[in-house]
Amino acid sequence: MMTAADHPAALDPKEIIARRISREIRAGMLVNLGIGLPTLVANHLPAGANVYFQSENGVIGLGARPPDGMQEASLTDAGGAFASAVPGAASMDSAMSFGLIRGGHLDMTVLGGLEVDERGYLANWMVPGKMVPGMGGAMDLVAGAKRVIVAMFHTAKGAPKIVPECTLPLTGARRVDLVVTEMAVIEPTAEGLVLRERAPGVTVDAIRAATSARLVVAAEVPEMDLAAAAR
Amino acid sequence: MKTAIKQEAAAALIPEGATILVGGFMGVGSPHRIIEAILARGTRGLTVISNDLCTPERGVGKLVVSGQVTRAVVSHIGRNPVAQQRMLAGELEVELVPQGTLVERIRAGGVGLGGVLTATGIGTLVEEGKQSIEIDGRRFLVERPIKGDFALIACHHADYAGNLAYVLTAHNFNPVMALAAEVVIAEPEHIVPIGMISPDAVKTPGVLVDYLLERAA
Repeated sequence: MMTAADHPAALDPKEIIARRISREIRAGMLVNLGIGLPTLVANHLPAGANVYFQSENGVIGLGARPPDGMQEASLTDAGGAFASAVPGAASMDSAMSFGLIRGGHLDMTVLGGLEVDERGYLANWMVPGKMVPGMGGAMDLVAGAKRVIVAMFHTAKGAPKIVPECTLPLTGARRVDLVVTEMAVIEPTAEGLVLRERAPGVTVDAIRAATSARLVVAAEVPEMDLAAAAR
Repeated sequence: MKTAIKQEAAAALIPEGATILVGGFMGVGSPHRIIEAILARGTRGLTVISNDLCTPERGVGKLVVSGQVTRAVVSHIGRNPVAQQRMLAGELEVELVPQGTLVERIRAGGVGLGGVLTATGIGTLVEEGKQSIEIDGRRFLVERPIKGDFALIACHHADYAGNLAYVLTAHNFNPVMALAAEVVIAEPEHIVPIGMISPDAVKTPGVLVDYLLERAA
């Protein structure tokens, strides 16, 4: 039998994050997954999960990668990669697509992050003078989605990414709903950043050491449940 | 009946210094043949308004690499490192606009609205220098409308009357941009006789379209 301490070695850090976030998704939701790490969340939903993925380039019902030789130039995801669509899919222009996002019709978005701070504010779109990719749809997603979940590594080159106050330009002045890293699940609240769960085998002390923001920690912090979600 | 023009003729309509709205999302639903013709003609000093600057090898990204673009109003340049370098070096002026705000600003320009009120960007760098107003207790940024001299759009079908239909994720900014420029040039994949596109399937009415690009050989 696998012990808790075996899990971190058995699971890739990205897999921990993606699996844990997949458990937040409920049947019937409309969900937008950001490029990169957040995209992995889709791999952990059970077949028949009855979830529609929205892609801001104009589709509800984004599907898996198409089979080889079946790629369609006019059906791509928000990263420009070839995609497919599921039964019940709908295509639309960017005004409708962002109307859905901004208008509160999107149940959840999962976004990557560079920093999250004690207010629960997210910075994820630029590093001044170095990397300026642009915000794309991220600011609209943060402003408009019903639930914003941040998927990111806990640290970058050893430096904490969960900080007292973001030093990088903010993506929005909205408290995000949940932050999931390979070490912890943290919920930003009016009282601060509440440590809800730890990754299997990771101690509260290790999480504190990797976090420069103040954490609100209960006496008991349970381990993440990473079993496949099935609802 | 619209006139179908060659891609060289389309490029020749566009003068130096023009502001062009270019449809597409990472090159999907972009008017690639018109872009190639602008590249070949070498028209300079262009302001490009588009979702993104694609990659250095594709779509509007090529016009950045060739130095024909002096200003870009876009939501994303992350896949075009040449654009990032030129922006950081001060050789390319870039206004980064949240994607949903960008499409609504263009829509506002196209449908005769004085601007857009949006909560997107509140409390961020996007808010700098902008007016904000409170409505029903919520604060909104006032974002200005955008119009262009030319809209260069791509579609799947056009009929001889210039009615346009789009498919899948190749809609993106195209239907909105068709409203927001003095001259609209559409690059269809297929041109079909009038009547073959159902009126209900038309997303850009032909009255908005000035020129159709000849079909690809």
